[in-house]
Amino acid sequence: MTDRQIVIPGEVIFQGEDYLPGEGTEKHGDEIIAIRFGLVEETKKLVKVIPLSGVYQPRRGNVVIGKVENITFNGWVIDIGTADGAFLSLMEVPRYVNKDDLKEVMDIGDMVCAKIYSMNKRGIDLTLKLKGLGRLDKGIIINANPNKVPRIIGKEGSMISLIKDETNCQITVGQNGIIWIKGNKIEDELFAKKAILYIAENSMASGLTEEMKGWFEKEKKK
Amino acid sequence: MTTAFKRPDGRKVNELRKITAKVGVVPNADGSAMFGFGDTIAIAAVYGPKKMHPQHSQNPEKGTLRCNYNMLSFSVTERIRPGPSRRSTEISKITEWALQPVVMIDEFAGQVVDVHINILQANASTRCAGINAAAMALAHAGIPMKSLVQSVSIGKLDKQIVADLIKAEEDWEEGEGPTDIPITMTEDGKITHIQLDGKIKPSQLKEAVALAKEVYPQIYEAQKKALKEAGVKNE
Repeated sequence: MTDRQIVIPGEVIFQGEDYLPGEGTEKHGDEIIAIRFGLVEETKKLVKVIPLSGVYQPRRGNVVIGKVENITFNGWVIDIGTADGAFLSLMEVPRYVNKDDLKEVMDIGDMVCAKIYSMNKRGIDLTLKLKGLGRLDKGIIINANPNKVPRIIGKEGSMISLIKDETNCQITVGQNGIIWIKGNKIEDELFAKKAILYIAENSMASGLTEEMKGWFEKEKKK
Repeated sequence: MTTAFKRPDGRKVNELRKITAKVGVVPNADGSAMFGFGDTIAIAAVYGPKKMHPQHSQNPEKGTLRCNYNMLSFSVTERIRPGPSRRSTEISKITEWALQPVVMIDEFAGQVVDVHINILQANASTRCAGINAAAMALAHAGIPMKSLVQSVSIGKLDKQIVADLIKAEEDWEEGEGPTDIPITMTEDGKITHIQLDGKIKPSQLKEAVALAKEVYPQIYEAQKKALKEAGVKNE
C-alpha cells in the first residue's frame, strides 16, 4: 500500500502464472503487461492499473452531475462530460411529470445529479430513482479532475464529511469530477471550494485527511 | 570504417544528442509531453477520447487517431510561413501511421483522439522528436496502448552510418552524400514506421536498423523516467 508502483504501457508488472489480469492489463504468455499509465493495485492475485490522468470513463452505478443540454418528447439529454451523450428518460423520474411540460421539472441549463444505470452502444442511460438524486437548486458548481475524486471523497467518505462539518455545506461529488456545494452563506461555499481545490492540488500527500484538519484550523484563525 | 570519422558536432557515430523529456507540460490538455534531441524540441498535447466532429468522419466501428504536426514560425532561423503545408500534412499522416499499431482505441467507436504536435525549435529529426513526444502524451492521457514507441533518425553520410542527424549532416556534400532514414520502433524491436530519403544498399539498410535497435533503449529510458516522475507528482 505504501510503496505503490507506477507503470507505463508495455511494462511487465508480474511474471508467472500466479496472477490474473484485471483492468488496464493484459496477459501475454506468462507475463502481465500494463496497457495504461497508472498505479498498480493487486488484490487477491488480481492485478489492476488505476489511471492517474485522462478523461472521465463512465461506469455503471456512478453518480454523476451534469447539465441539461436538450429536452426531447420523452426525457432529457444531459451533458456529463463524456463523448457519448447521456439520456434521462421521464420513466426514470420518481414523481409525476406532465408529458407536455417537461420544462417544469428540468429546463435546459439546469444542473442535475443522477446515476448511470445502463450503458450501451447508443449511449448512457441515467436514473433519478435513488435517494439524493435530482435537480440541484442554488449553490455553486466546481470542476475537479475526475481522477482526483477518490481523494476528495476519502476513505469511506472521511474527507468529504470533514469538509461538510467544517464548512456547514451540503456537498455532492459526481464521479465525473463535477462538484456541487450548497451552504447557507456564499462565504461558506467559497471556503468549501477552497478546501476541495487544495485537496486536488495536494492529492499526492499521504495522511491527507489529517493534514486537512490542520489546514482547517489554520484557515479559520485567519 | 574504424578510422576516425568526424561529425560536425564531434559526436560518436552511435551517440545521440542530449535527450530532454518531460510530461505534463500543457495543463489544459488531457495528456501532454515534451521531447527534445539537443536543440530540436517538440511538444505534444492529447485531447480525448471525445466525440468525433464533423459527424460524417465518425467511424462507427472503432476509434480514430488524428495527428497534427506543426512547425512554429520561429522554430528555424529563417522564419517559416505558419499554417499547414505539404510537408506538415505529410508528417501528420506519417506520425499517425507510426502510432496507430500501438494505440488500442478500437472500443471508442465514433470517437477521436487528437494529438497536436508542435515543433518549438528545429535542428533536424523533428518528426522523430514529435513521435516520441506523442507516445508519451498518449500514455499520459490514459489511452490504452500496447507499448510506447521510440523514434530516431539514422543517417548515412558518404558511407558511414550515424545516429540522430542534425541539420548540418542532412546537408552533407561529400562522397555519396546524405541519406536520412527515420525509424520508429516499439520496445520489443517491431518497426512501426520507416522512411528513406536518399540512396542506400540493402545490406547497409540492415546495418542502419541494427544501429537504431542499439540506441533505442536510451530513448525508452528517458520516456519511462519522465512518465514515472509525473506519476509520483500526481499520486
